[in-house]
Amino acid sequence: MKARVTVTLKNGVLDPQGKAIGGALSALGFGGVESVRQGKVIDLELADQDAAAARTRIAEMCEKLLANTVIESYAIDIVG
Amino acid sequence: MKSAVVVFPGSNRERDVMRALESVTGVAPKAVWHADTELPAVDLVVLPGGFSYGDYLRSGAIAARAAIMDAVRAHAARGGLVLGICNGFQILTEGGLLPGALMRNAGLKFVCREVKLEAVAVDTPFTRAYAKGDVLRCPVAHHDGNYFADGETLARLEGENRIAFRYAEGTNPNGSIADIAGILSDNRRVLGMMPHPENLIEPLQGGTDGRPLFESLIAA
Repeated sequence: MKARVTVTLKNGVLDPQGKAIGGALSALGFGGVESVRQGKVIDLELADQDAAAARTRIAEMCEKLLANTVIESYAIDIVG
Repeated sequence: MKSAVVVFPGSNRERDVMRALESVTGVAPKAVWHADTELPAVDLVVLPGGFSYGDYLRSGAIAARAAIMDAVRAHAARGGLVLGICNGFQILTEGGLLPGALMRNAGLKFVCREVKLEAVAVDTPFTRAYAKGDVLRCPVAHHDGNYFADGETLARLEGENRIAFRYAEGTNPNGSIADIAGILSDNRRVLGMMPHPENLIEPLQGGTDGRPLFESLIAA
């Protein structure tokens, strides 16, 4: 089973990298980009067969290691 | 004052801090490997600066889950002293020994220079040789030193006088909230700080402003 974890900074936490990307987009002439938030994607390949059980286990992985929940939120997608 | 310094793959200031400890306390610290599960009988455990595990995932994240960290947590839980400098501070926040988190520097650049620190909380085993309001020179060298804590945590740190050091006005190198350079645990026995006092302990290094921190520990 494949799963994708997306980790992003929580709303309200300043994201200087996102800001820098936003500045670069605007310098390239892309108007109308109101905000850019940068995050990271972690792809997992799991032996699990059951999607619900995998999701629970991945949530545990996120809480324990993959995300720093003081500043980051995470989203789990089972992709196949 | 017996001490141990934990060495992670990618630590690079362990020798500096061991040298500082030995020079000031007269006792050579023991180096402890990250994969060990037990600490020697010591008063102080130091998590040194560097780039543990290449700073992969997040600075300090993987080191905070290293085998030795259960022993470090147990040492802290029984009132033992723990000092985390730079990467060590990141490991302490990632491991839940100190609140908040250290994010990428607001300026997005690695900062390597000298800043000025104001000693704020001086009733601690780490800072008692400073007077409140003392301003000292201290080198910083980091990419992820931007301390963040939510409003409630920040109010608690302020209310309980747990901010050990602030960057003196105008010298905040990383955008840290409330100019925080170092914070203490609730029992004041764990200190995490981004600057490197171990790199300013003898005249050859250009000054001795970091020395009182290690002198404070002798009586601890």
